[in-house]
Amino acid sequence: MQAASASMSQALGSLLEVNTLDLWRGDRHVLRNVSFTVGPGQFLQLIGPNGVGKTSLLRVVCGLLPPESGDIAWRGRSVAGRAGREQFHGELAYLAHANALKGDLTAHENLRFGVELRRTVELDAYQRTMAALEIDRCALLPERVLSAGQRRRLALARVLLSAATLWVLDEPTTNLDMAGFKVVEDCISEHLEAGGCVLAAAHHRLLEGDPRALALELD
Amino acid sequence: MWTWFHKLASPPHAYRAAGVLKPWFEWPALLVIAAAAYGGLVLAPPDYQQGDGFRILYVHAPSAWMSMFVYVSMAIAAAVGLIWRMKLAHAFAASCAPVGASFTFLALVTGAVWGKPMWGTWWVWDARLTSELILLFLYLGYMALRASFDDPQRADRASAVLAIVGVINVPIIHYSVVWWNTLHQGATVTKLDTPSIDLAMLVPLLAMIVGFMLFFAAVMCDRVRAEILRRERSASWLSEVG
Amino acid sequence: MAVGIARLAVLVIERDLRLAVRRWDQVLQPLVFFLIVTTLFPLATDPDMSQLRRIAPGVVWVAAMLSSLLALESLFRPDVEDGTMEQWTLSGQPLAWLLLAKTAAHWLLSGLPLVVISPLVAAALGLESSAWKVLILSLLIGTIALSMIGAIGAALTVGVRRGNVLLALLVLPLAMPVLIFGARAVDLASHGESAVGPLNLLAALAMISVTLGPFAMAAAMRISVES
Repeated sequence: MQAASASMSQALGSLLEVNTLDLWRGDRHVLRNVSFTVGPGQFLQLIGPNGVGKTSLLRVVCGLLPPESGDIAWRGRSVAGRAGREQFHGELAYLAHANALKGDLTAHENLRFGVELRRTVELDAYQRTMAALEIDRCALLPERVLSAGQRRRLALARVLLSAATLWVLDEPTTNLDMAGFKVVEDCISEHLEAGGCVLAAAHHRLLEGDPRALALELD
Repeated sequence: MWTWFHKLASPPHAYRAAGVLKPWFEWPALLVIAAAAYGGLVLAPPDYQQGDGFRILYVHAPSAWMSMFVYVSMAIAAAVGLIWRMKLAHAFAASCAPVGASFTFLALVTGAVWGKPMWGTWWVWDARLTSELILLFLYLGYMALRASFDDPQRADRASAVLAIVGVINVPIIHYSVVWWNTLHQGATVTKLDTPSIDLAMLVPLLAMIVGFMLFFAAVMCDRVRAEILRRERSASWLSEVG
Repeated sequence: MAVGIARLAVLVIERDLRLAVRRWDQVLQPLVFFLIVTTLFPLATDPDMSQLRRIAPGVVWVAAMLSSLLALESLFRPDVEDGTMEQWTLSGQPLAWLLLAKTAAHWLLSGLPLVVISPLVAAALGLESSAWKVLILSLLIGTIALSMIGAIGAALTVGVRRGNVLLALLVLPLAMPVLIFGARAVDLASHGESAVGPLNLLAALAMISVTLGPFAMAAAMRISVES
């Protein structure tokens, strides 16, 4: 499975380099020799049927799952070592299947505790981000009364406020309606404009037709 | 020197090496244990206080020693596997646990058998027996944790953390049990020791310990080979193995 | 702007306390369990005070151990299940420190209440009031050690389905030294003797578990959030 990276990435220099990743889950050979690079302003979407290993690949890249072999480098530095890993995690925001939200906390509190773990942010930044994602009305409501779509937007808000360079998004559009889908695309687009990069797995093609968007097919 | 280490760490190499080494442990083990048994059961004089009853010491003490030795070996192997990601080290640790637990159980049973004619009860809460009992719980916990993970690599690493935590705790547990025991007994020596160590009694005891270690090495050769087979069952090198 | 170490701890503790306040009924459960277990002993043995006071130190301590074991269920499981914990492992912040802060908050909610209510239980079991100071002190130090040791076990078993019995199997043997020193301290005090020796040993255990425990917790937690 070779990378679909264009000559563009060589020209701009790549931020994330993944080489010959191999992953086993028990007896299953989930990922075989996967390599790709993602540079600033680039969006790479993983494509493939259910169960092919998109989520596993994202988790390996983040460092949650140890691969059998292969290496990952961020800004040219291997993330295997302690220092490299810390630097990488400091610039990484991961949106998993699970939203990592607590039902007994309000939307605002959830966001605050999630974001403040990494950086301090002024209060109106929360307001602005929630407004951009159309969940500012829910700010003082406990998370458990929010709809599934609102919760997903809240999880996305945390990614937006993290000031991370690399976004790793696993099915960001789950539970979102058409408007929500557009919002996700806009957020990604803005992030790319600002020089960030995005690695995502999603059922529907995001930023289709956009020259910055590349796809990697897994099978 | 590192190439030797790396060679040893490769499963096919280790498999072959263990196969070659095993008889070199097996036969000496048999001989040494037989000689030590003869020395302990026939040659050594009866204890002036306990008579012939003390002779169970020749199984009890080496078993207790081995139960500790195996736990420490298991923890070291687990640490090596965790830090240097050596799969063989994890295989070694996994193979150790039931063997160590068996030694612990043997120590407990021989302790009980010793206790009955001596003090009339099948169990006594002395320092050694209580420590061995807690060690048995540590072994059982380790094996239970291993079994609870479906993914073998996660099982390896989680149980490695537990083994390292356990091995740090073992001296603490031992010390606290001895401390607890002396308050209620008055004497520091455990009940299951011979009060006088005669040379004729000591030599067979040490020989027995050596014999048990050789026996352990022989058993581990077999167990590690079986463990390697289990873990590498889909590997290509297996088809060339006799 | 980077986040300081102290601020991180405050954040974690504030969050957990805030969550606890909104579910205070769950916080009280281990405490009630503690009371129920101590009640079992007079029912099972002899309600005569002179008999009870002989076993009182042991009973209070065993009940405290079992109660702290039960409370461990709520330490990491909710965060692992909703995905918060894996975010913590990816935060770029020292995981051992975050878990230490979390365990500290948990102790405030599950260990400290036991310490506060212990004189009540002591009185119910006929323990001389001269021993109450040592009881409180031993439980104060001991529950810290129990929380730390228990948290290591909890981190190891949090990914295991129905792992609460396994948790007990792992934690109880490791916690036996705490029980030995703690119960002995109270026993000495009830006979009017100095309990300084066992209390010092207990403090040593607490210090070791607080300094080394979080690293074991972090190693175990990284393994547990993998799948």
